[in-house]
Amino acid sequence: MRIVVLMKPVPDPASGGERLAPDSRLDRASVPAVVNGNDEYALEAALKLVEAHGGEVVLLSMAPANAPETMRKALAMGAATGVLVTDTALEGSCAVSTAKVLAAALKTLECDLVLAGVDTSDGVAGVVGPAVAALMGLPLLSYATNIEPDPSAGTVRVRRISPTGYDLLEAPMPALITCTQALGEPRYPSLKGIMGARNKEIVTRSLVDLGLDGATVGGAVTTTSILATTAPAVRGATRVIREAPAEAARQVVAYLAERKII
Amino acid sequence: MLRDAVRVLADERIAPRAAEVDRTSEFPQDIRALLASHDILGLPFPEAYGGLGVDLLTICLAIEQISRACATSGLILAVQALGSLPLMLAGTDEQRAQWFPSLASGERLIAFALTEAEAGSDASAIRTSAVRDGDDYVLSGAKRFISQGSVADLITVFAVTDPAASRSKRLSCFIVEVPADGFSVARVEHKMGIRGSPTAELVFDGVRVPAGNRVGAEGDGFDLAMRTFDRSRPGIAAQAVGIAQGALEVATAYARERKQFGQRIGDFQMIGAMLADMDAATEAARQLLYKACTEIEAGAPDASRWSAMCKLVAGDTAMRVTTDAVQVLGGYGYIDEFPVERMMRDAKITQLYEGTQQIQRLIIARDLLGKGS
Repeated sequence: MRIVVLMKPVPDPASGGERLAPDSRLDRASVPAVVNGNDEYALEAALKLVEAHGGEVVLLSMAPANAPETMRKALAMGAATGVLVTDTALEGSCAVSTAKVLAAALKTLECDLVLAGVDTSDGVAGVVGPAVAALMGLPLLSYATNIEPDPSAGTVRVRRISPTGYDLLEAPMPALITCTQALGEPRYPSLKGIMGARNKEIVTRSLVDLGLDGATVGGAVTTTSILATTAPAVRGATRVIREAPAEAARQVVAYLAERKII
Repeated sequence: MLRDAVRVLADERIAPRAAEVDRTSEFPQDIRALLASHDILGLPFPEAYGGLGVDLLTICLAIEQISRACATSGLILAVQALGSLPLMLAGTDEQRAQWFPSLASGERLIAFALTEAEAGSDASAIRTSAVRDGDDYVLSGAKRFISQGSVADLITVFAVTDPAASRSKRLSCFIVEVPADGFSVARVEHKMGIRGSPTAELVFDGVRVPAGNRVGAEGDGFDLAMRTFDRSRPGIAAQAVGIAQGALEVATAYARERKQFGQRIGDFQMIGAMLADMDAATEAARQLLYKACTEIEAGAPDASRWSAMCKLVAGDTAMRVTTDAVQVLGGYGYIDEFPVERMMRDAKITQLYEGTQQIQRLIIARDLLGKGS
């Protein structure tokens, strides 16, 4: 099986959050980038599938030119190669442009499945995956908690989260699946994986390579603009308890008792 | 990226277990398996045998990150490296092919058995004997204070092969595969710290070892042990720096949150000064360690001086920083609800094993003044 995983480098949520540049857009350079959390779950699902059915996982990203650094982390988890679409004209792209670009890149890659995280921690729009499916004419199987391909029949079954449990969907491959965290915790890259990632190939593509230009995609033709931003009200100091459950319970009880709440 | 990967693993999978490991004094086989499955135990071994073949600095970075979360767990990697060093330095290709693959995969653990009840700092005074008998040696004696001695599958044992020879030519080094006839674990110590790491007394009662298990030539043992320490002491320094860093982070977080007299205690100068000194001392110990690793890896002629210095400074720093961390937390630092009391108990061993601080000073002084003893 050949599975393409859509992957986005995002500002590390753990490093204190996003910073805005003077024009209210995200300042991607100010905070270290990590693989989008939901994409890691998608990648983990893809890796498990190729472990079970054979094949390989390819990463696909539309990102600034320094993306390979972040892509290496995903390669260390076990993806075989990466494709990076990068172009200065793409700075400031909206979700529509992103979807058009990714779809154009996907047309050059043969695959059985495209996996994407349901949304990203920086944009939180959740539309790129479905938009790519629409542009490519691929079946969209969304909010997957379980993925079962049947390579011999050329179909795939997915359980989609619903308010009452799950729906069972089936579609012919190739198909695009948006992935939830219910698919399973992403693996830590092994140190061998990390060292091996240095030698894995990341192919770079510009707009010209894909037959696109800045008149149809990119920052110049963005369909969304930021009107205003407000920061949430500052909360009081929080203490985060990370210990194991028994220990954590003890600390929570002590905390509440200290404040005479219990 | 390697260091970050180990740090994430330590924070997410090892830190939550640290208090329990200390409380139960049980060797954390689950963490050993975790380190093995993430190739961390493979770091010191050549790639040809399934390891990662990294340099001393990288091994120390990994030990440091793990020890930040749990000193006992950091020691698992440090001891795996220590026990294997004689084979790295003087093993034959056959010996390496025989043992390195299972050590690199973490399937087997190796321990380092030099110390005896009557021979600690005075290592050359050991009495365990290895008598040649045909194609074997017969080992008799007892070793004391052997880290992970009761969970290891291979024991690197130093024994006297020529009692009449000079001090530095009496000893030889052997790899003993256990269990073995005549080998037993007499006791496991109850310790102040690193409680999850079993420290064992090992008895060799006529244990037969094939001559092919001798590492290096007869009489090379003492020299091999000393050369081993040049490369293993940085590992203990790394453990100490990790412990100090862990304690500093807990103390800093506490000082940000705890309020007394209407303000957070970190804003009082006495606390701020303590934290600043702790941070500076830890950073200094860390930089000395990294520099020492680079020098030793490059084959510096004064490797012993670098090795002794980094261990001396890091051990004393860990003790001081953890003690101050308990102080910053006040009463809360004294109870096991917070990890600093454990870190302080863990730190003490870094001033004692792999050469006491006093031995480290002797080594440095000797290098400064020129050999005269």
